[in-house]
Amino acid sequence: MVLSANDKTNVKNVFAKISGHAEDYGAETLERMFTTYPPTKTYFPHFDLHHGSAQIKAHGKKVAGALIEAVNHIDDIAGALSKLSDLHAQKLRVDPVNFKLLGQCFLVVVAIHHPSVLTPEVHASLDKFLCAVGNVLTAKYR
Amino acid sequence: MVHWTAEEKQLITSVWSKVNVQLPGVCSAAPWTEKPFFASFGNLSSPTAIVGNPKVRAHGRKVLTSFGEAIKNLDNIKATYAKLSELHCEKLHVDPENFRLLGDILIIVLASHFARDFTPACQFAWQKLVSVVAHALARKYH
Repeated sequence: MVLSANDKTNVKNVFAKISGHAEDYGAETLERMFTTYPPTKTYFPHFDLHHGSAQIKAHGKKVAGALIEAVNHIDDIAGALSKLSDLHAQKLRVDPVNFKLLGQCFLVVVAIHHPSVLTPEVHASLDKFLCAVGNVLTAKYR
Repeated sequence: MVHWTAEEKQLITSVWSKVNVQLPGVCSAAPWTEKPFFASFGNLSSPTAIVGNPKVRAHGRKVLTSFGEAIKNLDNIKATYAKLSELHCEKLHVDPENFRLLGDILIIVLASHFARDFTPACQFAWQKLVSVVAHALARKYH
């Protein structure tokens, strides 16, 4: 997954537009993922997964924070997310397919709140970026 | 046979009744889908070219019309797509993974058009529909 200069610009622009709402979008992304893809809930048996749950809000904030970190270090996502990568490999062991599902839901949330931002070209760049993040998080699995 | 709850059917048909979209987003987000299958379509060199390409629009309408057929026949999607499945295998040689890609992108397009009306429950019902359609299109492959 190689992000072109255009991709990086597109992704940074998207995140600049959503910066005030990143935490809310993180929570909404998770909620949509749990609703649309019920098997993803298996990783959160200890969570209250009802709409508006404080745990989903808190976790959404974490997820959004990680994506923002990746954007801020878009030339070295692997370096920026190295600790998270270790965590997912050694502790969390989230099956790789689930990162695509989270990514799809994040795209849906951006599409809902900023439809004019998500042109086909920007959609492609954002999708590439999310794939790159998923790849980094699963890079140390084996 | 797929089981649809009354609510799922209602969510699908109510969104569909308001749909009048094109499918320009597909080729941009997944450019590797375009070369072998749409080589005869002419200019697909950029997102702007794709959106303006009349053959793309025509094909988008065909694909959406066929989705319309599926929605009218929710209880018998397999039969509805039997001939199209054979066509995509024997003549078009399309990797079924592409049906899943198309479905995911259709969801994003719907989200950007319907915004908050595209609720998580709606997303779930439509994700189920695109999965069922993708499965039905792949079913006659040999």
